[in-house]
Amino acid sequence: MLIKLTGGTVYDPASGIDGQQQDIYVQDGRIIDVPKDGRPVDKEYDLRGKVVMSGAIDMHTHIGGGKGNIARTLLPEDHRQDPVHRTSITRSGNGHAMPSTYVAGYRYAEMGYTACFEPAVLPINARQAHMEMGDTPIVDKGGYVMLGSDDFLLRMMTANKDQKAINDYVAWTLNAAKGIGIKVVNAGGINAFKFNQRKLDLDEKNSHYDVTPRQILQTLAKAVQELGITHPLHVHGCNLGVPGNLETTLNTIKGIDGLPMHLTHIQFHSYGKEGDFKFSSGAAQIAEAINSNPNITADVGQILFGQTVTASGDNMRQHANHRFASPNKWVCMDIECDAGCGVVPFKYKDQNFVNALQWAIGLEIFLLVEDPWRIFLTTDHPNGAPFTSYPHLIRLLMDRSFRNDMLATIHPEAQKMTTLASIEREYTLNEIAIMTRAGAARIIGLKDRGALSAGNFADITVYTENPDRQTMFTKPDYVFKDGELVVKDGEVVKVTWGTTHIVKPDYDLSIEKDLKPYFDKYLTMKLGNFKISDDEISEDGRGSLTAHPLRGAA
Amino acid sequence: MTEITEVPSPFCGIGTDDLSIQVDGTTLKVTANGCSVNTPAFEQAIADTSPRIAGQAASLEAAATKAAELLRNTHQPVIGGCATDVNGMRALLALADKSGAVVDNMNFNNARRNLLALQDSGWMNTTLAELKNRCDLLLVVGTDLEAFAPRFFEKYLWNEEAMFLDSTANREIIYLGKAPSGNASTSPTGQKARVLPCADADLPDVTAALSALVKGHLLHVQSVAGIAISELQLIADKLKAAHYGVILWGAAALAFDQAELTVQTLCNIVKDLNQLGTRCSGFPLGGKEGDQTANQVCGWTTGYPARVNFARGYPEYDPYLYDTQALLNSREADVLVWVQAFNSSAQPPKTDLPTIVIGRSGMKFEKEPDVFIPVGTPGIDHSGHAYRLDNVVAIRLKKLRDSGLPSTAEVLTAIEQAL
Repeated sequence: MLIKLTGGTVYDPASGIDGQQQDIYVQDGRIIDVPKDGRPVDKEYDLRGKVVMSGAIDMHTHIGGGKGNIARTLLPEDHRQDPVHRTSITRSGNGHAMPSTYVAGYRYAEMGYTACFEPAVLPINARQAHMEMGDTPIVDKGGYVMLGSDDFLLRMMTANKDQKAINDYVAWTLNAAKGIGIKVVNAGGINAFKFNQRKLDLDEKNSHYDVTPRQILQTLAKAVQELGITHPLHVHGCNLGVPGNLETTLNTIKGIDGLPMHLTHIQFHSYGKEGDFKFSSGAAQIAEAINSNPNITADVGQILFGQTVTASGDNMRQHANHRFASPNKWVCMDIECDAGCGVVPFKYKDQNFVNALQWAIGLEIFLLVEDPWRIFLTTDHPNGAPFTSYPHLIRLLMDRSFRNDMLATIHPEAQKMTTLASIEREYTLNEIAIMTRAGAARIIGLKDRGALSAGNFADITVYTENPDRQTMFTKPDYVFKDGELVVKDGEVVKVTWGTTHIVKPDYDLSIEKDLKPYFDKYLTMKLGNFKISDDEISEDGRGSLTAHPLRGAA
Repeated sequence: MTEITEVPSPFCGIGTDDLSIQVDGTTLKVTANGCSVNTPAFEQAIADTSPRIAGQAASLEAAATKAAELLRNTHQPVIGGCATDVNGMRALLALADKSGAVVDNMNFNNARRNLLALQDSGWMNTTLAELKNRCDLLLVVGTDLEAFAPRFFEKYLWNEEAMFLDSTANREIIYLGKAPSGNASTSPTGQKARVLPCADADLPDVTAALSALVKGHLLHVQSVAGIAISELQLIADKLKAAHYGVILWGAAALAFDQAELTVQTLCNIVKDLNQLGTRCSGFPLGGKEGDQTANQVCGWTTGYPARVNFARGYPEYDPYLYDTQALLNSREADVLVWVQAFNSSAQPPKTDLPTIVIGRSGMKFEKEPDVFIPVGTPGIDHSGHAYRLDNVVAIRLKKLRDSGLPSTAEVLTAIEQAL
């Protein structure tokens, strides 16, 4: 079937197209060049006056894995307020902070998103992450595999194993757990918490292993680079949420020695300790550090006011923050000599000084980082806010007067502690398209996604131009996934199943000679049973795997 | 004849995956690492392979059509049991969504003791590998651990070597409440577990006293339920002195009224210990035969654990109202679907309502159901996934033989499509 999208105003930063009127042709799931053979168009959409972008990509959203299911189970009262009816084509479920998987897939698609990446796949829990993502319809998905607090790596580092051996282990784990990148959460900190350390600074040693967070970050960043994995080491830094952690973050940037590194939910790591409340914005220094270090990228992890739930691998910090739980119930887990997790419900309040300033700090970072290719739009769903708040966030970025109106309503002391009112920048549609499409595809390493030139998969979102950007981005006119119309007027009209994006870096099989006895002696599963096989993803007839090239091997 | 090694078991709940099984046609024999739970469950012979409608052999298609007919135009179908693998549960939830049914896991009343505590105040828990490598003090509350999982001590406490213990034999085991039924908890060097016995019904008082002592409160009694306060104080002190204490309970064993409050007390003791500066974790001994699987899959599909009702067109959760037996007793239910792919000795609840059973081959009934469809067992007749009792690890179940029996998922999907 040949589809023609006629006359839309196209924003395709990957191709350098910034708001030009263009026709787009789609056949067999891909965008194609203008057909020269005069074959008839089977279906034409008149998109004159509409805005056309590729499907949006959420590069950091907690959509699959054990901690998400703990968060769901923990908060029945949150689901009860947002029931989702079954329709003739869609399944029922529940929404709000941590929606059921079907609802998450539908709602992402209805917002124009066509791919989502789960950033905290514990290797031992990877099956669950993939099973949940396998039940998340329409969108493509993928995961970053968590390392850095696993005892095997820390034992290797303590034993001064060479970088090559560590690379083999990293690549082996990534293949076994089927991820597209490597994530570190509070490097070594989750492990240290098991030894009863309650905080771990960048240069502080694990009380059992002779290893610091800085060394872990350097080692893993080097592994990612040497293995040719496109996505830079994805780092949830030390000291999340701690006033003054700005210094840790600046040190982390300095300490990585120019290696590619992605700092995730950086808003939570940009705090000073000035002022009457000993809590202040470090956004300016952080943005400056990002601006002057081209090896660094970041997503913001914006908070927005209201009820949500925080679900993190960082059980050390989540345990420390449990006193803020609202409602007052929370879960921490130590997991399988692999990692951990902490789930703490939060209600961010605009009249709470700290929350109000967190809100302003996130926006400051968005607006002060100059290069939209290196900063990404996230709320760290559901940690800063549910992903359904993205259209509101986009309006805050694109509309200064709206932003300043909101600013005028938050805690007055927080207003005094932010430079937000003086920042004039308004994001353009092209910059939004970079942050949520082209830049995201590039940083994850997705081949043939996030762009509208011929050869790309036809993941396309069409909006009606509207000066109220929240309205515009809430309800796309059309969303095409792999060339099929899946959403019309903001509602799912067809349910399809996306692919799972992975990378498969090479490794020396001899690493299993070390791993097998380790599994037999210390773990609770056989090595062979740990590795996820391809058919586990595809045997339901809906899932598939798409392996992306490594760097330099395009 | 072939031998398959490293076979994972869905039966024991502890994720045993070191079984060796000899396959001769459809006959299985456990040749290594069996136990009193796993060996008979694997070795059980295939009995019936043909579906039955009112006791008469029928094709799968006819049985699915008949089942759909019984489900059509009902007001409140109930799908109980829910003992199957991840794909079986997925298909079960799809059928429930379409037919407006209640989904209710057969052991939910046990799991509820944990879930109510979780949903009211949360917990700090750990998993098997952490226990295996770190636990230096295990407090078992109200549970006969080795009767539940015969190889638990061998695999996770008396393992030869642990990463963070000088000698696993030095782990200290304390029982509070039920005494152990055997000697599995005796260390390899002969150190017996300390046992502070009391009646199950006294556990609320005993754990409350322990909680007070952990917090440093003074108690003005000499004993509680026959246990000297000094003994409980000793446990409190040991928990505080441990590097990585673990408090273990089996919700199924806590069979007394409002046991969720005792679970909550235990969870709060763990939290208090961590707040006071010691690491300690809880270990709720989850269920077998797909309990965790049912709650996990229902969790991500609906947002709730496996006692939900789809009657309004969306899932609603109520840990009491949607109890299968209660719905049958009150006649609110008008048809029962019962799914049990693991255990052919299990029986559906008694009812005179139309009943459809999707069960492991070989099931015997006191009353022949309207439709019976024998299915394969996950991890024997087809591959699949099942959750371990610590709820974090999903194991990959292997297909061991070609029995021709359909999977739960295939049968439930056929019924859904016929609907």
